Amino acid sequence: MHELSIAQSILEIVLREAEKQKPARVVAVGLKIGALSGIYADSLEFGFDAIKKGTPLEECRLEIEEVAIRGQCHQCGHVFDVRELLFACPLCASGSIELKHGQELDIAYIEVDD
Amino acid sequence: MSKTIELKKKVLSENDALAAELRATLGEKGIFSLNFVSSPGSGKTSLLERTLRELKDELNITLVAGDVQTENDANRLIAAGGEQVKPLVTGGSCHLDARMIHRLLPEINLDNTDLFIVENVGNLVCPSGYDLGEDMKVVLISVTEGDDKPLKYPSMFRRSSVMVINKIDMLELCDFSMERVRENALRINGDLKIFETSCRTGEGLEEWYAWLKEQVKQKKA
Ligand SMILES: Nc1nc2c(ncn2[C@@H]2O[C@H](COP(=O)(O)OP(=O)(O)OP(=O)(O)O)[C@@H](O)[C@H]2O)c(=O)[nH]1
Ligand SMILES: [Mg+2]
Ligand SMILES: [Zn+2]
Repeated sequence: MHELSIAQSILEIVLREAEKQKPARVVAVGLKIGALSGIYADSLEFGFDAIKKGTPLEECRLEIEEVAIRGQCHQCGHVFDVRELLFACPLCASGSIELKHGQELDIAYIEVDD
Repeated sequence: MSKTIELKKKVLSENDALAAELRATLGEKGIFSLNFVSSPGSGKTSLLERTLRELKDELNITLVAGDVQTENDANRLIAAGGEQVKPLVTGGSCHLDARMIHRLLPEINLDNTDLFIVENVGNLVCPSGYDLGEDMKVVLISVTEGDDKPLKYPSMFRRSSVMVINKIDMLELCDFSMERVRENALRINGDLKIFETSCRTGEGLEEWYAWLKEQVKQKKA
């Protein structure tokens, strides 16, 4: 349900971009999806494939890169990968962490074919 | 020949821009704002009803009651004494977005608002990515839902600043450990401020009211 509205937003953004690239065609969209974005890649692809039909992006595929969760400790500045949902600094054990990566829901690039 | 063109655009950039605008508008007026999220039925409306009854003489509270289908929650909040309550029926959407709030703004008297609260649609997944321009998200969890909720829905607990553990009057009836839920929540978000409440008996609500009043005061300063 939610992935469908995200797919819709992606479609709208890329359609606008595709207009600028004419006569070249957009053949792929590169997405970065954080492990903590709350978005499931499979459902997103499913949704996108359903709504692209009948649009200029009918032949366009998604290339999804999943981004791991990375945090920085507010206490000691250490930067680390968050594993098994343990949001604590492996050096000083502080639980006060700023997220550097993992919440992404970004369109990284488009690939066009002329 | 194909070529790759960098875009580096957030999918929700339009929502984020509207949310930033809302945040600035509320900020200029010194209004403290909250976005209430939880599973369906954890007690968002109940906590807001109690809060209205208790604080309505001290604070001007404006409420937006999001719901998929009905205006029931808005009507409950009006019955509880809410003077500025706006229903927001999404007609199927599983989350509120910044545009929906933005659209309501002309109907809201911000000069007569100290505290602005949005009750989101009951859902622990979809609302997490949609910034509504709030100062903080408050996530509710009730003791009947299981103490592993924070681990199942990390995105929501990570993005929240406050967790309210509600329905503590039902603790004996459930295999719910207060210690485990705190441990699980703090594992996801070590900065979470935690309250334990019962909207039925009123237990724990004094702390919640005191905190809320303090936040409103600080925002005005
Ligand atoms: N025993 C007990 N019941 C509660 C408490 N808080 C809420 N309830 C009951 O739980 C049910 C759901 O409460 P609501 O306040 O409607 O929950 P909600 O989160 O607003 O629900 P949605 O808006 O549908 O997501 C109601 O029957 C409430 O009376 C509590 O602290 N203790
Ligand atoms: Mg409700
Ligand atoms: Zn550290």
